[in-house]
Amino acid sequence: MANPTGDSIAFARDTMIPPREPPARESGYVKWMRENLFSNALNITLTVISILIIFGLLRAVVPWFLNGVWNAGSLSECRTIIAERAGPDASGACWAMVRERWNQFLFGFFPMDQYWRPTLAFGLLFAAIGPVLFAGQKEKLNPLFLVVTLFLAVTLWLASAPALAFALTAVLLLVLFALANTAPGRLIWFTAIYPAITFFLLWGGSIWAPVVAMLGFVIIAVTYRLTFERLGVVVATALGAVLAVLWWLFLDHGVAQAIDSVIPIGLPAVASDQFGGFLLAMTIGVTAIAFSLPMGILLALGRRSDMFLIKVLSVGFIEFIRGVPLITLLFTASLLLQYFLPPNTNFDLILRVIILVTFFSAAYIAEVIRGGLAALPRGQYEAADALGLDYWRAQRLVIMPQALKIAIPGIVSSFIGLFKDTTLVAFVGLLDPLKGVTQIVRADINWKGIYWEPYIFVGAIFFVICFGMSRYSMYLERRLKRDHR
Amino acid sequence: MAYAGEAPKDSFRLSMLIYDTRYRSITIQIIVLILFGLFLSWIFNNIVQNLAAKDRGFSYDFLWNRAGYDISQRLIAYTNDDTHARAMLVGLLNTLLLAFFGCILATVIGVVAGVLRLSNNWLIGRLMTVYVEVTRNVPVLLWILLVYVVLSEAMPEPKDFKLTDAMIAAGEQPKAHMILGSIAITNRGTNIPEPLFDRSLGNIDLGIFLVSLDLLAIIAVLVGSFFAYRALSHRARALQEATGVRPVTWWKSLLIWLAPVVILLWALGFHLGYPQFKGFNFTGGITVAHAFTALLVALSLYTGAFIAEIVRAGIMAIPRGQTEAAYALGLRPGRTMSLVILPQALRVIIPPLISQYLNLTKNTSLAIAVSYMDLRGTLGGITLNQTGKELECMLLMMAIYLTISLIISGVMNIYNNAVKLKER
Repeated sequence: MANPTGDSIAFARDTMIPPREPPARESGYVKWMRENLFSNALNITLTVISILIIFGLLRAVVPWFLNGVWNAGSLSECRTIIAERAGPDASGACWAMVRERWNQFLFGFFPMDQYWRPTLAFGLLFAAIGPVLFAGQKEKLNPLFLVVTLFLAVTLWLASAPALAFALTAVLLLVLFALANTAPGRLIWFTAIYPAITFFLLWGGSIWAPVVAMLGFVIIAVTYRLTFERLGVVVATALGAVLAVLWWLFLDHGVAQAIDSVIPIGLPAVASDQFGGFLLAMTIGVTAIAFSLPMGILLALGRRSDMFLIKVLSVGFIEFIRGVPLITLLFTASLLLQYFLPPNTNFDLILRVIILVTFFSAAYIAEVIRGGLAALPRGQYEAADALGLDYWRAQRLVIMPQALKIAIPGIVSSFIGLFKDTTLVAFVGLLDPLKGVTQIVRADINWKGIYWEPYIFVGAIFFVICFGMSRYSMYLERRLKRDHR
Repeated sequence: MAYAGEAPKDSFRLSMLIYDTRYRSITIQIIVLILFGLFLSWIFNNIVQNLAAKDRGFSYDFLWNRAGYDISQRLIAYTNDDTHARAMLVGLLNTLLLAFFGCILATVIGVVAGVLRLSNNWLIGRLMTVYVEVTRNVPVLLWILLVYVVLSEAMPEPKDFKLTDAMIAAGEQPKAHMILGSIAITNRGTNIPEPLFDRSLGNIDLGIFLVSLDLLAIIAVLVGSFFAYRALSHRARALQEATGVRPVTWWKSLLIWLAPVVILLWALGFHLGYPQFKGFNFTGGITVAHAFTALLVALSLYTGAFIAEIVRAGIMAIPRGQTEAAYALGLRPGRTMSLVILPQALRVIIPPLISQYLNLTKNTSLAIAVSYMDLRGTLGGITLNQTGKELECMLLMMAIYLTISLIISGVMNIYNNAVKLKER
């Protein structure tokens, strides 16, 4: 600015000098490296060691990946191709095995022309858990359903699903879209009937079996609605459960057969021993996850109950299950249940395994939830009592939402553990992706001696699923955080 | 004045069993008791019927019959003429051996990885994150199978270690080399040096198995050193409290720990027996089966990743103010760590660490994947298949695993109570 009086003052600057660049060693990547990699002798040593490790790993792994062969009929053919292409000493991956056997890793021995059924069930799984995962965020539902639609459109076409399945899926997805945009709360009904749909899709047979079985739950709901005002929550639920059990035990089978003989609708039945690979892992994992959470909540409440007997039974169950390895429980499913059940009872091995895995996971989840309950300040219980809420209302409205929120990381890591543990079913003769299918592939004369590729392939899929679950739990933790720290 | 009327007569009505909170819990418990009793008697009845249908009783007599199978890795003397009970004991000891070394190795890996993940070094922090995430999110069975298969298929054959006179004359090297001249990993097993004593004290017979007196002597000396060390640090602390100056003790404690053991080892004539290549295979040294190595490596890498997260969370749980307060008191970083941070962090770390040890111990039952003869391999495997006593074997095996778990958690809980924050 010019001086208003016209004469300049020698010692006062009237213009700003441009700021100088910060010293090179105090800015940018140089500063970052000085601080994070080379701040002192120990740090420099660590940096050098990790660079050496990374370099060593890359030098071994990168050529192996780059030399990978996708088109070959056997391991020796792979090796010949790699030797031709990259020299006699080069190592390379033989992904041709994955290309040839991917369907066994994913579906086991499920009939090939029926692949669309597990695929459809898998796609609908996301539509079913979406309303639960993103509860109260309906803006996320539309993108989710869009992804599901695209996934199903592509995969069903690839699996050459029948036209009727296409049409029904399209109608179902349209309904879901409509619900998501008008009444997202109703979507939970789709989640409720999803197990029946999946059962029908996976095992096939008559459609009336799952439909009639679901009627049992309708009986529980109706009984509860009609009687809970007069009898209270516990008695009403118990009454409903008794009626439903009577229905399942005595009427269910006959009614289903009767309807089926009049209106036979169904899919070709698939036996349980044809299940395998990730289809089996997902079936066991998802079912056990869905059932172990409510069971874990009940066990945790039982363990904190004032009623001595309930407490003792819960503690005994939890500590017993947590004290023995899962393998012994799986052997119980395959060897001992025949002693515990009435003579000549025989039911599906997958179902038996699911029940035992659910028990196992429920015991762990109960402990996690007990931690959440213990972390809740006593004032919350007292406040709920002071409001005049009865036990179940207090649990549902005040205690559980907070306790579950605290317990989310633990619950999800239990789920991850459960999903990883589904591989152990290989030891009772089921065809899990890791040991069962890999063993079959490695026993094939063409692929004898292959070991990195199948394990990397299976491990990568497990990693994606488990890592996704843990990231979701972190997201949920952040979203549910109510304190501002 | 209106009086409040008489309290309603305490006449008991049947409906009060459900609606009156004074009686309701008793009613519910009685119903549960009846249902539970019915359930148990139903199961019991089924077991009796099923056993009768198979024409079998329920007895553990088979444990004293001849086992008739061999176990390659064993800590105590065993031949196939011994009983099933002894085979079970061999298996149990194998399980415990694996769990013991697994817990130690997993702790070392976990603590190192957890601390490094927190270090200021960006690169090593990321590297450890990758290790933790990749290991945790993949089934442990995969690591066991992968390590086992790599060891038994990708390692050189014993004959590759052969060095003949002709090869020396031609200036050739053998195809494979021993690590540090003492460890040879072949596709059949890992050969490691064995400790030998020239003037051994012999063994003591405990009736069931032999215990090496040399080992007992070493343990006794170490225990003695421990008490001497305790006395030394006690004296140092007393002196510090009296005068305010902490005496220099490091060389004394080093002496206390090392000197007796070294003298004892020298007196016993301790030396290592290295594996030597003779004929077609290695002789001398100890051959560790790949099944054991694979289980040990895989279980400790897997559990180590979980322990790393526990250690990291424990250290991060200590507020920064604690470090600053320690600095303000004039403590140096090393002392801050050992006197302020670690005692507090341990309280957070110990309980989940216990459950990781328990998990590792239970995961040793995955030995089934690589045919390592642990408790499940002997009692729940070959014995079960040979005798057909499924019910007895499974129940006994569960009881043993349950006992191990309860003992570990009991011991660790005692320790946990000792370091727990004493509130009011």
